[in-house]
Amino acid sequence: MKFTRRTLLLSAGGVAVFGALAARLYTLQILQSERYRLMSDDNQFNFLLVPPSRGRILDRFGEPLAENRDSYRVLIVPEQAGDLEATLDRLGELVPISDRERERILTAASRSPGFRPVTALEDLDWGAFSAVNLRAPDLAGVIPNVAEIRHYPSGPAFSHVIGYVQPPTEEDAGDSALLRHPGFRIGRSGVEAAREGTLRGQAGSLKVEVNAFGRVIRELPEQSVPQTPGEDLRLTLDAGAQSFAYERLTGESAAAVAMDVETGDLLALVSTPGFDPNLFVTGISHTAFQALQNNELRPLFNKALQGTYPPASTFKAITGLAALEAGLINERETVTCTGKIRVGDREFHCWRRQGHGRVNMREAVKTSCDVYFYEVAQRLGIERIHDMALRFGLGPAPDIGLAGVRDGIVPNEQWKRARYGQGWSLGETLITGIGQGFLLTSPLHLAVMTARLASGRAVTPRLYRDENAPLAPMIGLDPANLELIHDGLRAVVHEPGGTSYYSLGGLGVDGVEMAGKTGSAQVFRITEAERAAGVRSQDDLPWRLRDHGMFVCYAPADRPRYAVATVVEHGGGGSRAAARPARDILRYLIENDPSRAGPFAARATGTREG
Amino acid sequence: MAVFRDTVPRTLQGKLYEINWALVLLLCLLGAAGIGMLYSVADGAWDPWATRHATRFAVGLVMMLIVALMPPRFWMAMSYPAYLGALALLLGVEFFGLTIQGSQRWLELGPIRVQPSEVMKIAVVMALARFYHDLPREKVSGPTGVLVPLALIGMPAVLILHQPDLGTALLVVATGTVLVFLSGLNWKIIGAAVVAAAVAIPLALRYGLQDYQRERIFTFLNPESDPMGAGYQILQSKIALGSGGLTGKGFLQGTQSHLNYLPEKQTDFIFTMLGEEFGFVGGIAILALYLIVLANAVAIATSCKSTFLKMTVMGVATTFALYVIINTGMVMGMLPVVGVPLPLVSYGGTVMLTVLFGFGLILGAHVHRNADLPKGAGLFG
Repeated sequence: MKFTRRTLLLSAGGVAVFGALAARLYTLQILQSERYRLMSDDNQFNFLLVPPSRGRILDRFGEPLAENRDSYRVLIVPEQAGDLEATLDRLGELVPISDRERERILTAASRSPGFRPVTALEDLDWGAFSAVNLRAPDLAGVIPNVAEIRHYPSGPAFSHVIGYVQPPTEEDAGDSALLRHPGFRIGRSGVEAAREGTLRGQAGSLKVEVNAFGRVIRELPEQSVPQTPGEDLRLTLDAGAQSFAYERLTGESAAAVAMDVETGDLLALVSTPGFDPNLFVTGISHTAFQALQNNELRPLFNKALQGTYPPASTFKAITGLAALEAGLINERETVTCTGKIRVGDREFHCWRRQGHGRVNMREAVKTSCDVYFYEVAQRLGIERIHDMALRFGLGPAPDIGLAGVRDGIVPNEQWKRARYGQGWSLGETLITGIGQGFLLTSPLHLAVMTARLASGRAVTPRLYRDENAPLAPMIGLDPANLELIHDGLRAVVHEPGGTSYYSLGGLGVDGVEMAGKTGSAQVFRITEAERAAGVRSQDDLPWRLRDHGMFVCYAPADRPRYAVATVVEHGGGGSRAAARPARDILRYLIENDPSRAGPFAARATGTREG
Repeated sequence: MAVFRDTVPRTLQGKLYEINWALVLLLCLLGAAGIGMLYSVADGAWDPWATRHATRFAVGLVMMLIVALMPPRFWMAMSYPAYLGALALLLGVEFFGLTIQGSQRWLELGPIRVQPSEVMKIAVVMALARFYHDLPREKVSGPTGVLVPLALIGMPAVLILHQPDLGTALLVVATGTVLVFLSGLNWKIIGAAVVAAAVAIPLALRYGLQDYQRERIFTFLNPESDPMGAGYQILQSKIALGSGGLTGKGFLQGTQSHLNYLPEKQTDFIFTMLGEEFGFVGGIAILALYLIVLANAVAIATSCKSTFLKMTVMGVATTFALYVIINTGMVMGMLPVVGVPLPLVSYGGTVMLTVLFGFGLILGAHVHRNADLPKGAGLFG
């Protein structure tokens, strides 16, 4: 029978085909099982990067200056969202999305490799966030998520020193998964940038089960690597003093540096005006940034570390000490100030045109007599002034562990030849002796100089708290010489005729005296012609042309503990704009000294009685 | 089993006694496997698939038994009208059809939505069986014996391909071809046809296919080259099967399927899910079940006296076998993804009814195996 034969033939073929199916099944499920099991696990499990908690930045008492707060955000995985525009439209029905935001999200998504989520919305309030949360299961690729975001509770007061964090640039990010993690930020300036390594910590990973749509079904914490939070960083700054100083100088373009004269701890490092660093964290608007950049008072510039100014008369103490140390003048010797001195064919004027008469070192410091220091400088020569200035920490930028601290200039013959290819002139020695000319110092330099004057120790400024730092060595000056200068500096504030006697008259704390020195750095020389035309004083000049005012001081005068240096740009003479804020900061430090209730107060009063 | 008798049972009781209950049991096992897997697809829920699958299976089973009990003369009489009716429906689809997922396959007749291509699968078998039954042996390789079957197969195939539904079209052509082969067609003609096909198929690939159909065939050749695109389904299916290993991940434990990496798992990829959860053991068991069902059908075919019943049984069995082969071959990456369900296991009403109707014919053929069916003049003499 043909039918049966062909049926059998066909059946044989059918059996062969089924055999092939079985063989295929065997190959897949038995021979290649291991390979497919791995691929299945790859599908099923994902390791999510868990960004580390950034270390906090604390002040010396543990008060947080930079901390982390929860931010409710919405991420979008472009690959899963498919039509991103449509997803944003639907998301926009729940939470308003501005055109600018939309633009940013689309740009970010176009740069993302598709599987990597981009931050769509950040810092949502709870209501908006829960609305998105509720609808998220219907919105493919939309992931509501809570992440930590940097927060600076004290805002502008610390803006320069603490700096801020921002999302890394393309170059920063490279191929680092952590840096490319949505919402991850790195230190962009200040301490945040300088100590990135300490603060960042190490990313962990969370093993999760994901479905084909990328949605996390289950977390498997026991098979995950926890993140290692960054270390908290303790600074030497005193949040109270910093905020006080910032407020005290608000309205000015100014800088203030406060230091512990024994340890070198920086207690305040202020530059005004500041800016709100929180704006930079979440993305500052173009107009707001433009406004900061175009502000005449330069809020983005850290004047305390990067502004350099001639130290002016605050430098006279150094000139004086150099002369005393060199034995070129003594306590009793006087110089007669007639208001000017002639050296060669040039006349050098004292700030007091009618002159100071016969002045000794103490009087010269107290009245800031230029002629006296011209004379002393002439005797010393530039090299000795230069050497003494270096011993007081001027010149190279002090290393406080921050980027961008500017070098100052302490000139000498060699420097001038290298810089200008010219020889040194005697006149230059004279004006260097009164802190003008080529000399340049930052407010930080001034604070270090003042601290060293006050303690006699070669203290170096410190921004990072270190309880075990060794005490700085003595500079190695004759204590009697130092005593003499101290006495003069005290007289500046406390005695009639002192340059700050009328503006300050004292610290304002019972039983505690202070010492200080004014300085004014000329920005614009009032010419004889202008004088004749009626420009009499700084007040007649436009703001930008007025002198920089500076004031350095320390207290208590008899047993120094704190030094403060302030520079008020275009603030007129030092006794005007700079002295009072500096004194007030100093007073704040004394009044809030943690040891004031104890031995410190006793020490102060004890000395006066004794 | 029934004692060997040379007579045809006439009473209902006698007919019920002659039903091949073993085959019915095997079919029930397949249906049960489907219910179980559909329960798993829904993450361990009877809704939305398992219950409805069970209901349809029960309804289909009753229909199957009714079909089996009806006299073969009736079906013989019905074969040409059924074929013409199915052809009319296909034409109806062409002009009034419902487009679902880019293919026009459905026709709404009042409350019922029918898929004429499914009806045609059985109708073409019955028409060919009837034709060969009526055709004198010596004319099988003659012009009538060659051209009429060609037309009977070709007309519906072209209409179905145009829907477009490549899978069903191929199924109809393959089933028809098997029946032509079984009719005893001259080997010379078979040889010539093979040569003609070898020339025609590349041309058909070039001009006769929709883009997505061509793409499926090409990605089938190298699925891993495009893991997120069209090869995704095949790759994920292979991962699911392979990771199932010898004994599987366990009922309801298939990660590939439950995490949705596996596409269309309640229909075309249900074998994959079974393979993932029950492993090689489960997969082989299902294949073996199908093979035993087919062996039964072949045995029934050879025991039938009339050509109409022999041909009908073999035609239905061939369709059934092709379903299984194409579906499993597809999910194992041996064949392109053409969208053919696994009979009785996959979710889907029309296919279930078609298959059970077909088995009704097979069971009926067994009951009436000794019936002498008169040769009619036939449509074309």
